Amino acid sequence: MTEQATLKPIKPFLKIPVGSEPYIEGLRCESCQAVFFETHLACPKCTTHDSLKPSKLSNTGKLHVYSIVHRSMPGIPVPYVSAIVDLDGGGTLKSNLINVDPDPKKIEFGMAVEIVFNVAAQKDKEGNEYLAYQFQPRS
Amino acid sequence: MSTSPTSSSPAANGPDVFVVGSDLIKFGRFPDQTPAKLGAAAAKLALEDAGIGIKDIQAVYSGNVMNAAAMVGQQILRELGQTGVPVSNTSNACATGATAMREAYTAIKAGMYDLVLVVGSEQLGKAGLMMAGGRGGISPEGVLGSGLMPAVFGEAGQEHAAKYGTTLEQFAKVSVKNHEHSMKNPKAMYQKETPLEMVLDSEMIAYPNTKLMCSVNVDGAAAVVLASPKKARELGMKRAVKVSASILTSDRYSERNLTMPDFNTCTRDAAKLAYETAGIGPEDLDLIELHDCFAVAEILHYENLGLCKEGDAGRMIDEKETYWGGKIPVNLSGGLLSKGHPTGATGVANIVEIVQHLRGEAGARQCEGAKVGLTHVLGIAFGSACAVHVLEKVNA
Ligand SMILES: [Zn+2]
Repeated sequence: MTEQATLKPIKPFLKIPVGSEPYIEGLRCESCQAVFFETHLACPKCTTHDSLKPSKLSNTGKLHVYSIVHRSMPGIPVPYVSAIVDLDGGGTLKSNLINVDPDPKKIEFGMAVEIVFNVAAQKDKEGNEYLAYQFQPRS
Repeated sequence: MSTSPTSSSPAANGPDVFVVGSDLIKFGRFPDQTPAKLGAAAAKLALEDAGIGIKDIQAVYSGNVMNAAAMVGQQILRELGQTGVPVSNTSNACATGATAMREAYTAIKAGMYDLVLVVGSEQLGKAGLMMAGGRGGISPEGVLGSGLMPAVFGEAGQEHAAKYGTTLEQFAKVSVKNHEHSMKNPKAMYQKETPLEMVLDSEMIAYPNTKLMCSVNVDGAAAVVLASPKKARELGMKRAVKVSASILTSDRYSERNLTMPDFNTCTRDAAKLAYETAGIGPEDLDLIELHDCFAVAEILHYENLGLCKEGDAGRMIDEKETYWGGKIPVNLSGGLLSKGHPTGATGVANIVEIVQHLRGEAGARQCEGAKVGLTHVLGIAFGSACAVHVLEKVNA
């Protein structure tokens, strides 16, 4: 019997619930409210032990900064926009900014963006597909 | 900004530390060499510069990144003489050489030794600064943005552009300057004029970094000999240079730190402690060697090191204040952009450059009347390290 290829999250903090929309789950410090994406024994900001608790993060945010990548690793299509986005309500994520011209004149710092969930073109060795989070300008 | 991680200046006590020997090999590509052979060649030059031999050295501090587990320091002693002294091998990304320097400084400060050797070496080949994909799954590169250094520093530069309107041309001018400087440095990788159009017209790697705005990966090595006051006097104070601050910081928490490396805060922390320890301010500096791994980084560090007001770095490069002969020359060696960036050697090579100027031995690129210089390097991997050293001419 061959195993069924499944749709996996590209990062553990991307949650794919059955029957509802995917979302980003951060870890919020109960003590200082700082948001992280990996578990830590103590809060990197305020050092409180065991203070990071799962927290569903916003789907929208603002573009902090970006770079436009024209030369990448072999096999990766260019150009693409690498964007740093501050999510509304806390947390900063990096991903591709899509549905924009890869032109500095067309991309505004601080612009409103939203997260979209796309299946990545690449599969792993077992043929599994991956769901990724990316950004696009907010309509 | 919140308070610094270390509230009081380190090294208030202990004996002074002096550089009594220093040199580097010409940076370039040496595929037939080994990191240790490159390191040993630089160490030999530094020992000869100090007028001593390996038998006089009481401890060795070796920095290397790509061969961090290979005991490069011990291999260097196989080239120069296996004296059996303690050898520490250090790895701290691009701050490796400066971290080895600081370990050596600490040992003299503690009064443990009178004479120690610091060597930074690297043989990069063509590996460069590109990063490999993660464990299992698929590579996030090009899907979840970019983890490649040209993009990471591109984003950092864009922060300055977003805040202050800094232009692509201003960033590019840094590269023009550093290439111009290295025309007078025979040990730099490149000695060729690189006008603004050439920098702007070179391949765009990751906006705003064109190819000529990225540091050049080379093989290289540099070494210094550090001495206690007693030993420095014995060897002669005439060419000795005092290390008046040796500071190392790491990345404390900052808002976007885990998504985009924050090398501004750790640099500001290190600069503040360095000025306090040396009892000087940025206005007292005659020249600086700073970590221009990308042209955009140099612009950020003008402000991080307090060379100008916030947002004024673009004007500084426009008005050529950081050129040779300018108000505060930066990277007279050619910097990482044109002298080259042999990772483990970079932090030691910066020290060597400043020492040459303070001794008045920098030849055609000599910074006239230089009395105080500062070096700065920055390492980034899954964390940041910043090292700042202040060096002073000894009036003997
Ligand atoms: Zn906290």
